[in-house]
Amino acid sequence: MQSIVCRGLSKTYSKGSKALDSVSFKFEGNGILAIIGRNGAGKTTLIRILATELMPTKGTALINGIDLIKEPKKIREFIAIVPQEAKAVHWLTPKQTVVSYLMYRGIGFSQAKIKAEESLKKLALEKQINKLNRLLSGGTKRKVLVATVLSSGAKIIFLDEPTTGLDPISRSDLWKLLNTLKKEYLIVLTTHYLEEAERLADKIGIMEQGKLLAFDTLNELRKKLKYKYSIKIIGTEIKINYKDAVSINGIDGNQQILTNENRSSQISQMLIKKGVKFSTNMITLEDIFYYLVKKSIIEENEDNDES
Amino acid sequence: MRTMMNRKSLNQIMASVLVNSIYAMKNYPIMLINTLLAPLSILVIIVFISRGALIGVGIEGAFIMAMISSGIGLQSDLSHLKNDFKLQDMVVSSPTSAVNYMVGMGVSELVYAIPILVILSIMAAIFLHPTLIQTLILIAVMTIVYIFSIALGFFFSTVTTDVMQSWGFTGIISTLLSTIPPVYYLITYIPLPFRYIAYISPTTYAAEIVQSSLGFLSITQTNLIIDWIVIITVTVIVLVIAIKKSMWREV
Repeated sequence: MQSIVCRGLSKTYSKGSKALDSVSFKFEGNGILAIIGRNGAGKTTLIRILATELMPTKGTALINGIDLIKEPKKIREFIAIVPQEAKAVHWLTPKQTVVSYLMYRGIGFSQAKIKAEESLKKLALEKQINKLNRLLSGGTKRKVLVATVLSSGAKIIFLDEPTTGLDPISRSDLWKLLNTLKKEYLIVLTTHYLEEAERLADKIGIMEQGKLLAFDTLNELRKKLKYKYSIKIIGTEIKINYKDAVSINGIDGNQQILTNENRSSQISQMLIKKGVKFSTNMITLEDIFYYLVKKSIIEENEDNDES
Repeated sequence: MRTMMNRKSLNQIMASVLVNSIYAMKNYPIMLINTLLAPLSILVIIVFISRGALIGVGIEGAFIMAMISSGIGLQSDLSHLKNDFKLQDMVVSSPTSAVNYMVGMGVSELVYAIPILVILSIMAAIFLHPTLIQTLILIAVMTIVYIFSIALGFFFSTVTTDVMQSWGFTGIISTLLSTIPPVYYLITYIPLPFRYIAYISPTTYAAEIVQSSLGFLSITQTNLIIDWIVIITVTVIVLVIAIKKSMWREV
């Protein structure tokens, strides 16, 4: 069974910037682990450490029980990564891309050719197999890279922002693919798209300023947050003063109130009486993300003010 | 077990050769012309200006230039693959070691140099008629210059963060190691106060060894020994720095 166990992973770069701050979590079995967070939250640093590209400053992680600081070579036998902004080399064809990558993994040329064809076929890339990568669409190029790492037989795959820059159809195609692959692989992906994490992930890690603010399934994240409902107020702003409700600025700039079921109906009735336009929903990952990240920013600012 | 390991390493080395030279030349044949152009164009100019008198020195210079070009090529190719395609990141997380990746990339540059080396060897056979000893000295010097340039190229590739920066280094290395130093001509052509500046470049010492061995330049036995010591020492130093400073798994 595949597993990743992080124990207090921290990373401070040489110029003093703290990219990871004591990150700990455990993920076992096949499936998708999505790490979400803003730019600079520490997602890529985390994934690069787990993929043995970068040394942590403190803490460690066990990949399938093997310590990544002590035995990176052993880990590299069963992991593979598509880094952020990775591109299929322009002057190669998809087949040549996969063949050369397999050879980097120590596989012989003839065997690599067979495996490359199989892997590209599995991802429905047989028509593009001998075209130059530079002539392929963005989505197809990304699929070539996914085919490349899948061909290796690695059971733990790291995908750093795999759908960034893809059009909605290519993104949806890649989602379908990842959804089928998650039965066979442990896939760790980072993303800015909350919808992507919501649709694909078995577990979600929310990161902000190098810290892991939350780590669980979407349902558990919902349960952990004391607010279950989100009321989006449109076009105006109202003052609320309840202990079991919190007001935040939503993504679209509208006021959003997070609260529990009883208070939600009470506030809704009050809004109807006032003639205010609003909508009420169960909280989404987006609401959880916004609440946790904003709370973290406020706490950080308060700490800074005190010091 | 050991054979399996060796085969694995060989496949890993071959992967770089495929990516960086064989597939590149197969898909873009114009690359072949590019590798011939630089060493041959300077040789042609030298031959025309000297009315054929410096053809021997020019051929010797082109051999050294071809080796320097390998390092220059390696520097920009590694930087391109690392920064623009993130290939190196993918390879770091694979079972390939830094040494196998480096050796593969180094060999891939040598594959690029094969066409020019074949042409120069034919020209050398026609115009220089080297003896076995002269040929061996030429091969030894070329090997040292090749290792030196590859190590230098590898070092610069690890400190560059984008391809523009790597082009900057390419220009500097190329000019300092093969255009300014007396590689295509004799050091005695440089007026004396400036002659000492030429000795800053290790390729000057390499050229002196080959030029004296082929009878174009007359130097003392002591100077010849100094030349060998300098190029070997500089190569070892650059190699050690490249290995120590280059980062496979970043810290």
